[in-house]
Amino acid sequence: MTDSTAPTAALRRADLSEERLGRRYAAEKRFRAYGLMAIFAALAILGLLIGTIVLNGYTAFVQTHIAVPVYLDPQVIDPQDTNDPQIMGRADYQGLLRTSLRDRFPDVSGRRDRLKLYGILSNGAGLDVRDAVLSDPSIIGTTQTLWVKSSDDIDSLVKGYIDRTLPESDRRVKDNEIVWIEALEADGAIETQFNTTFFTAGDSREPEQAGIWGAVVGSFYTLLITLVLTFPIGVLSAVYLEEFAPKNKWTDLIEVNINNLAAVPSIIFGLLGLAVFLSIFGLPRSAPLVGGMVLALMTLPTIIIAARAALKAVPPSIREAALGVGASRLQVVTHHVLPLALPGIMTGTIIGMAQALGETAPLLMIGMVAFIVDIPGGVTDPATVLPVQIFLWADAPERAFVEKTNGAIMVLLGFLILMNALAVLLRKRFERQW
Amino acid sequence: MNSFLLIAILLVLASVGYQFGQRRARSVSGGHPSTLHSRPQYYGFYVALWCGIPSVLLMALWLILEPHVAEWMLISNLPEDIQSLPEDRLSLLLNDVKNLASGNIVSREVDASLQAAADGYASVRQIGNAAMTVVAIAIAVLGLAFARKRISPELRARNLVERTVSVLMIIASTIAILTTIGIVMSLLFEAMRFFARVPWYEFLFGLEWSPQTALRADQVGASGAFGAIPLFAGTLLITFIAMCVAVPIGLFSAIYMSEYAPQRMRAIVKPMLEILAGVPTVVYGFFAALTVAPFIRRTGESLGMTVSSESALAAGVVMGIMIIPFVSSLSDDVMNAVPRALRDGAFALGATKSETIKQVIFPAALPGIVGSLLLAMSRAIGETMIVVMAAGLAANLTADPLEAVTTVTVQIVTLLVGDQEFDSAKTLAAFALGLVLFAVTLTLNVIALNVVRRYREKYD
Amino acid sequence: MEAVAEAAAPSPALRNSPKMTSRKTDVYYGESQALRDVDLDIGENQVTSLIGPSGCGKSTFLRCLNRMNDVIDGCRVEGEITLDGIDVYRSGLDVVQLRARVGMVFQKPNPFPKSIYDNIAYGPRLHGIAESKSELDDIVELSLSRAGLWEEVKDRLTSPGTGLSGGQQQRLCIARAIAVNPEVILMDEPCSALDPIATAKIEELIDELRQNFTIVIVTHSMQQAARVSQKTAFFHLGNLVEVGDTEQLFTNPRDERTQGYITGRFG
Repeated sequence: MTDSTAPTAALRRADLSEERLGRRYAAEKRFRAYGLMAIFAALAILGLLIGTIVLNGYTAFVQTHIAVPVYLDPQVIDPQDTNDPQIMGRADYQGLLRTSLRDRFPDVSGRRDRLKLYGILSNGAGLDVRDAVLSDPSIIGTTQTLWVKSSDDIDSLVKGYIDRTLPESDRRVKDNEIVWIEALEADGAIETQFNTTFFTAGDSREPEQAGIWGAVVGSFYTLLITLVLTFPIGVLSAVYLEEFAPKNKWTDLIEVNINNLAAVPSIIFGLLGLAVFLSIFGLPRSAPLVGGMVLALMTLPTIIIAARAALKAVPPSIREAALGVGASRLQVVTHHVLPLALPGIMTGTIIGMAQALGETAPLLMIGMVAFIVDIPGGVTDPATVLPVQIFLWADAPERAFVEKTNGAIMVLLGFLILMNALAVLLRKRFERQW
Repeated sequence: MNSFLLIAILLVLASVGYQFGQRRARSVSGGHPSTLHSRPQYYGFYVALWCGIPSVLLMALWLILEPHVAEWMLISNLPEDIQSLPEDRLSLLLNDVKNLASGNIVSREVDASLQAAADGYASVRQIGNAAMTVVAIAIAVLGLAFARKRISPELRARNLVERTVSVLMIIASTIAILTTIGIVMSLLFEAMRFFARVPWYEFLFGLEWSPQTALRADQVGASGAFGAIPLFAGTLLITFIAMCVAVPIGLFSAIYMSEYAPQRMRAIVKPMLEILAGVPTVVYGFFAALTVAPFIRRTGESLGMTVSSESALAAGVVMGIMIIPFVSSLSDDVMNAVPRALRDGAFALGATKSETIKQVIFPAALPGIVGSLLLAMSRAIGETMIVVMAAGLAANLTADPLEAVTTVTVQIVTLLVGDQEFDSAKTLAAFALGLVLFAVTLTLNVIALNVVRRYREKYD
Repeated sequence: MEAVAEAAAPSPALRNSPKMTSRKTDVYYGESQALRDVDLDIGENQVTSLIGPSGCGKSTFLRCLNRMNDVIDGCRVEGEITLDGIDVYRSGLDVVQLRARVGMVFQKPNPFPKSIYDNIAYGPRLHGIAESKSELDDIVELSLSRAGLWEEVKDRLTSPGTGLSGGQQQRLCIARAIAVNPEVILMDEPCSALDPIATAKIEELIDELRQNFTIVIVTHSMQQAARVSQKTAFFHLGNLVEVGDTEQLFTNPRDERTQGYITGRFG
């Protein structure tokens, strides 16, 4: 290792001593461990998130029902014997239920205790009875054992969300109520059944009568508007920018603008909707029409970017081949490029729609946050959407709304997973290697 | 539903027009379609476009103008003394009339003149709608007939159709620009009105935020304080906490995924991290408010600290979780863009993997990583639902993460949700906040996108 | 150049002590086999060149020698490759140690996006070669001088290495490899991205480095192999067809395929 040109120090060989290498490898191991820890942390958080939601939410899909033997008194239901469903529909079924509860627990006396006793049933329990009567009027005059909804507190108690061992003053459900419930449980008169209301009803102040259907329909109308607006506009502008636009300052500006728009906070789009669609155009507040328009502006950049990527992936040789046989540029695009790029565009659109489905903030700005009981019948009816419904329920004080919120989240996540799975499937199915 | 029906009718008319056009073209060619300038389909499209576009334009115009015309007619029908009311009182009254007309609850006694006005308003709108439907259909039919008549073998249908389509494309591509202009104009316009009431320096540098103004303008002591510094500070605090969570976890998982993880692990873990990115923010907000915040409070109390139930920490941590996938996927991309040759160079010198990453790949990727962190930060600043649900409304000027703070986005939501007069300083303040938010996130994005683009060009 | 080639005739003594050996080496990429049954000795302090048409496996073989193939997914090496008699693929052998002893220079110059000084100092810092700052300075200067770059860059050691010209960058990479003072230097077509003048400089450099290092070079150019190496191995379709003294191989090849390649009938 001698070299005449060496300045001073002779070159030493690398220090490959055990000690030094050991230190380096320890550092390597540590570094690797940090990486693993980070991934596990992220996955653990995901697990925790999904876990708490599912654990707290799956009970929203069932509802406690109480079997009540109820005498369907013709005097109450249809005193004039008209057989008119209108009249039968207006009868005091809740009162019938109360009577039979009183009969079941004869030793309950005093106004307050009686009210408490009646309170184990839902305010909407009478509707269950009414539905039974209307579907089969011949049962009037008989005594039927009907399963009716319990109140939300009793529902929570039966599902085990209320700790029966706590001192009475710390619970929402009092001792005497527990005694009644336990008596009913001993009779086999309490059961949790599939909660149809949750999937078919609109919002309600009473947790046991609240459902997500109104919000699902609202989301549907909103997304319909979004899709109808963004898909054609997005595809047209992507085709223009990718296939036709000259490269100049103006198209550069559009391009930069689209990229920046994709990163603008969603709430800003809500402000735009409020200032332009509501104030200037005077469109109705709380309507899916406006919500869909706002979300369309928000998702447009996503769809344009995805569509451009899909168009770019079609090799130029195909365009040249079509131009070579005398097709016009538009024909090249509509006959060859677009069909080949369509799966990619669809994938991008679905992902954009999924994004729009989960969006909340801009819709708050345009008033889609109202308490709406009715199922919306069109795009101009006041409506709310699933994420906003979650937001509203998350704020509600009743314990029972916690499980409803979690349940609604599960439904929302279900839709999102479905959409994303569809997008992945599309990509896999039509993926093409050029 | 009316407009749905109308659109359906127009669609049917357009497709009828398409058929007519095609058939007409075939017949004028005398059974020799090759004598036509274009193929028969193009004549079909030609007729369909003439049928559809004018009536759709009319509908759009109507949608924009109708409420204003109806309102103007409503006002001119009202008694003189009401017409001369001050503007804000008048608009309240108009609101009631409109609510009455659509069968909603109104805020005052309904008297005969109000009822009459409401009825008049409802009938004007009804007649107007009916007239519009008739006119739209008539225009569609006229367009159809006109276009069909113009068909001749010499008509350059393909060129006309293609020109129309390209005009449509150009219009579509300007919508993105119009959106930006719309955002800037509406924010600027409303913010200017706000700054006419509250000076901008008071807004930007004021230390106190309490926007609760009196309900009616004639009440005394009506104006609140609009100093936005506590909001900016709260936003920055929460963003800072979020970055503290997201940067280490996101970066390290990106490094592990791109450099260490075997193929199979990557195939499983990557989609799972993407799930984290796809979870709607309202779900994160709920998670923050119901799981994380109570947990932090209990932990804090067991350590003898006082933690407010809506702490900046809870909101910040959950926001950090939300942006983990952004940080990790963006920096994963950036590190993958570092050429393989550099890795090989370091390995060939006998560097271990971590030494290669720390000393060669990371420094080379740094500009790109900084860019993606800026993007993640702008995401955190603009995020709304998590802070609305978990951060609270108290405009405290504090750096203590265990206290409650509020953010720009929270205030925008609280100021604008619920009933409000559109012109009050309170509502306008939301737009001023929106303007600041837009400006800040836009600046961050422009810088970040530029940094990332320049970084990519270097290695392409 | 010709004088160089003559002076470089290997002495029998050197040929007796191979620095590295390969016995029955097979390499697979996934299912496909890239190298078949390669037996080759690499003599100490001489330049061995590996030649052959594209895709013949010469680069693959080169990368086996310091296990750079490890980073390629699905690459599998069978057989035995030794350095000073020790199997480099033995389990438990440390690739870091191996690569500190067997350095590599790549086809495309790949300086780190750091200063010229830091590029050279990276290896010594990694392996703890220098004990003081001044010693590190010495190593940097020495390595750069040996790579014939010192005079050109001594005034701008802090400017980025990526700012140099292609030929300078490649010499920087050679200097970077030398700074660790390895025993063997592998060169994977080091001149293919360079112009003729830069190529000539690198070839000169290789010849000087031979005094202190064992060099294995993959090259596309038969002229280059003839100019710089003492021993040449010809690869074809994953087989080592022929190996011998460079002069003998080029003037009097034993195998028909070698003959065909060097006379330009394929390749």
